[in-house]
Amino acid sequence: MRYVDEFRSPAAIRAASEAIAATVTRRWTIMEICGGQTHAIMRWSLPELLPEQVELVHGPGCPVCVTPAEVVEQARQIALQPDVILASFGDMLRVPGTRGDLLAARAEGADVRVVTSPLDALALARAHADRTVVLFAVGFETTAPATAMAIELAAATGLGNFAALTGHVRVAPAIELLLAAPDNRVQGRLAAGPVCTVEGVAEYPPLVERFAMPVVVAGFKPLDILSGLLACVRQLESGAARLEIDYRRAVRPEGNPRARACVERVFEIVDAPWRGLGVVPAGGLRIRDALAELDAGRRFSVTIPGADELASRCRAAEVLRGILRPSECPEFGRACTPERPLGAPMVSSEGACAAYFRHRGRPS
Amino acid sequence: MCLAIPGRLIERWLGVGEVPFGRVAFGSVRREVCLAYTPEAELGAYLIVHVGFAIQVLDQRAAREALALWEAIEDS
Repeated sequence: MRYVDEFRSPAAIRAASEAIAATVTRRWTIMEICGGQTHAIMRWSLPELLPEQVELVHGPGCPVCVTPAEVVEQARQIALQPDVILASFGDMLRVPGTRGDLLAARAEGADVRVVTSPLDALALARAHADRTVVLFAVGFETTAPATAMAIELAAATGLGNFAALTGHVRVAPAIELLLAAPDNRVQGRLAAGPVCTVEGVAEYPPLVERFAMPVVVAGFKPLDILSGLLACVRQLESGAARLEIDYRRAVRPEGNPRARACVERVFEIVDAPWRGLGVVPAGGLRIRDALAELDAGRRFSVTIPGADELASRCRAAEVLRGILRPSECPEFGRACTPERPLGAPMVSSEGACAAYFRHRGRPS
Repeated sequence: MCLAIPGRLIERWLGVGEVPFGRVAFGSVRREVCLAYTPEAELGAYLIVHVGFAIQVLDQRAAREALALWEAIEDS
């Protein structure tokens, strides 16, 4: 048992989809807000395994996609400063900012490197004492503890040539904003397993109560998703609205208190812009003033021109709110492909447009 | 980005600043992982790893129970 393949078992997947079909008597719209789940849904063709009454809507579950173009532009300008090494996760390099992406900056001579962990950026700083290493980190609650630990270790070891440009965001406030929108038609929600692994579920009971809506914490293997959907439609059919953890192998109600405590020591909660949603109250994290020296956003003063969103043909705002299906976008698979993306949802390994393109292909 | 992949802890040690680290096997791939958030993890445990950090010790009993539920349905 490796706790991966078992949750892709065709027999179990069939059993779960049959159980959902046997439960559903009317139409239900359920939203997932987790890029890993969105990709698994497309990769395993889960919509085809569900009764047609169950409609899945993809929420803004891709942290790269909700990062405003201005933040990417800020990273690009910092990368172009002399004696800077900019380190980031691979996904970020091809996300278009307001004036181009980080790969283009690399072509202009910037030293941009891909890391797989924030700790790799600390190692780079130790190896290049004569240069400043800037970690460009975005992500949900799952990723914030890794960035927080890198910042805390840099402070503790006096690593003066390290700084972080962060765009960490918080999922629950964004969910609240989406559900409160007048055009909301979502009736049940799958909560992101990885986020809850760290964060726990304390933020959800108020949402369940306010919107009288079932919330089921689910994993992102195909069986996890179907099992979560079954739990959700069982609640919906019986008129229940509860918080349910259906991903118990990873999620404890309290999450990971050590990870949460480190995030709280390093970051404070602030209102933050989400691409597609606008400013989300309490929707982001900012490095605390006591650690301002390690905040690249404050250490480097760069001027960011306002984003000209209207000039972009990318309709990420609608895709991220679940209003427009990726395949309904006129540019999908035509002017916008993973090789030449117009916007972040086509770039990121978690973006909904990339998921549709990869697993369904170009429009016919 | 939230990959959160399970892997088995096969070695552990203390790194810079007494921070616990370990080596985790994901099938045939092995990676160094920071254990600061799961210091209780014992050798042989399955850890959920994300961007170089173990963010939780996988509850193997809960995993088996979840799978047994579906096996029971398949058999019925």
